Amino acid sequence: MSLYALLWQPFADFAFMRHALVGCLALGLGCAPIGLFLVLRRMSLMGDAMSHAILPGTAIAFIAYGLSLTAMSIGGLLAGLVVVLAAGMVTRTTQLKEDASFAAFYLVSLALGVLLVSKWGSNVDLMHILFGSVLAVDELALTFLASVATITLLVLAMLYRALAVESFDPDFLRAARGRGAWVHFIFLILVVLNLVAGFQALGTLMAVGLMMLPAASARLWTKSLTVMLLIAMGIALCAGYLGLLASYHGNLPSGPAIILTAGVAYFASLLFGGNGGLLWRWRKGRHLSA
Amino acid sequence: MRTFCLLFASLFSLTALAADKLPVVASFSILGDLVAEVGGDKVAVTTLVGPDGDAHVYQPTPQDAKAVAAAKLVVVNGLGLEGWMDRLFKTSASHTQQLVASTGVPTRKGEGGKIDPHAWQDPARVRVYVQNIDRGLASADPANASVYHQRAQAFLARLTALETWADQTIAKVPSSKRRVITSHDAFGYLGARFGITFLAPQGMGTETEATAKDVGELIKQIRAEHIRAVFVENITNPRLIQQVASETHVQLGPELYSDALSKADGPAAHYEDMMRHNITALVAGMKLN
Repeated sequence: MSLYALLWQPFADFAFMRHALVGCLALGLGCAPIGLFLVLRRMSLMGDAMSHAILPGTAIAFIAYGLSLTAMSIGGLLAGLVVVLAAGMVTRTTQLKEDASFAAFYLVSLALGVLLVSKWGSNVDLMHILFGSVLAVDELALTFLASVATITLLVLAMLYRALAVESFDPDFLRAARGRGAWVHFIFLILVVLNLVAGFQALGTLMAVGLMMLPAASARLWTKSLTVMLLIAMGIALCAGYLGLLASYHGNLPSGPAIILTAGVAYFASLLFGGNGGLLWRWRKGRHLSA
Repeated sequence: MRTFCLLFASLFSLTALAADKLPVVASFSILGDLVAEVGGDKVAVTTLVGPDGDAHVYQPTPQDAKAVAAAKLVVVNGLGLEGWMDRLFKTSASHTQQLVASTGVPTRKGEGGKIDPHAWQDPARVRVYVQNIDRGLASADPANASVYHQRAQAFLARLTALETWADQTIAKVPSSKRRVITSHDAFGYLGARFGITFLAPQGMGTETEATAKDVGELIKQIRAEHIRAVFVENITNPRLIQQVASETHVQLGPELYSDALSKADGPAAHYEDMMRHNITALVAGMKLN
């Protein structure tokens, strides 16, 4: 097989492959910085929990409007926003940290959603309908993803400094009257927007996987936040591209193939990463020194 | 005291013999319809996976457990369709009679070597289903066995008429044009019976994911063989098939009913209606190939 046939021909031949690649690109550009800040703020497990937290919103939209994808997405988005903002407020005002407050709210939300679906829903599995697949990205989903990515990057560019300080030293920001609470809430809104767009276009595994794995890997390469962001975006894009090729040539399901490629990148970063990779630690024997 | 209890108990058995409908639970809508056809007004059928529901990945609710516990007969398809049924049955009603409607049905293997559970798509196999249901109802409610047998025979006669109609309709399509694309491999038995080739990106179960290679091969095949008969089903997410259709510039046909009936006001509220609707839509699509 020629290099062209191996590396590019599947994308040239099929529109669905091109759509999938662009979808991964949009998701990677938008989600990787979000994922990085989630990792820094110790909110990494939020993504998967969010896919359950949006259920009551989707259920109410389904009961009111039937099987309308737009209505269900907006419902899911609103439910996600309520859960996330409520959890954020609890974190800032009580001694509960992000993980505990978010866990509490998302479980209540999930239980409420299951109750609503059981009582008034139908047999149709709502999440099955709402969540997409990377091989089935149509133009509407691409536009949605691209818009969300653009909004995310613009807002992050505006809030970058405040967000960085808020992640490392929130008390300093509070003392300097940097409106840390607003920054935190806007960030949370971006998280929900990216996650719901990702679920709808590409499914849970893809959205959460491409958000968290590149970010976790990038952390192990450098101390500089900007370089970390760029590395995370790069890993997300490469994982998307190589994963799709593996799915095509190796006849593997696409979503898992992409995430496993990102996983390989993660293990490579774990071993060889410039800033804390295990190989360097063992070599220098740092773990042995006092 | 003892006499009183005995009298009380005998009263109960008297009421049981009274003309109450036999409570039957069917696992999904197509089976439910078949049981209702054979049972008529002598049975009260509760269906677990309702119209437009996916029986491959169903999650039973507490109401389902109640219904199963109260039933005198539980009818399931078997052949690996209802993975969730075993546990529900064991916890709710291990001493209720269970009938596997597909007993004695000649099965075929699908892709990947597993047995294809969608045997109801072939009217000839449904005859065996109906005979099994007749026997099952008769053993659960011997008093009305003759009624069930009569209704079963009437339904079998209607099935014969359906098969004749289907043979005639499909014969109008030349065999070189008999190729169809659907979402998942649900129509294997229909294809084997009437000589139609069904292609699908997803495998036999709706919980599997498609690979990029499968979708690519499918698109290549559609382009090479000029297949224009592409259909979505009522139970699966239509996005993948819509993507395939838009890429090959093919108009999607009307919805097919593969694993579930439609709602009561839809075109496939009963088994016969479902088969007629599906075959009419398939033939119209195949003629465009």
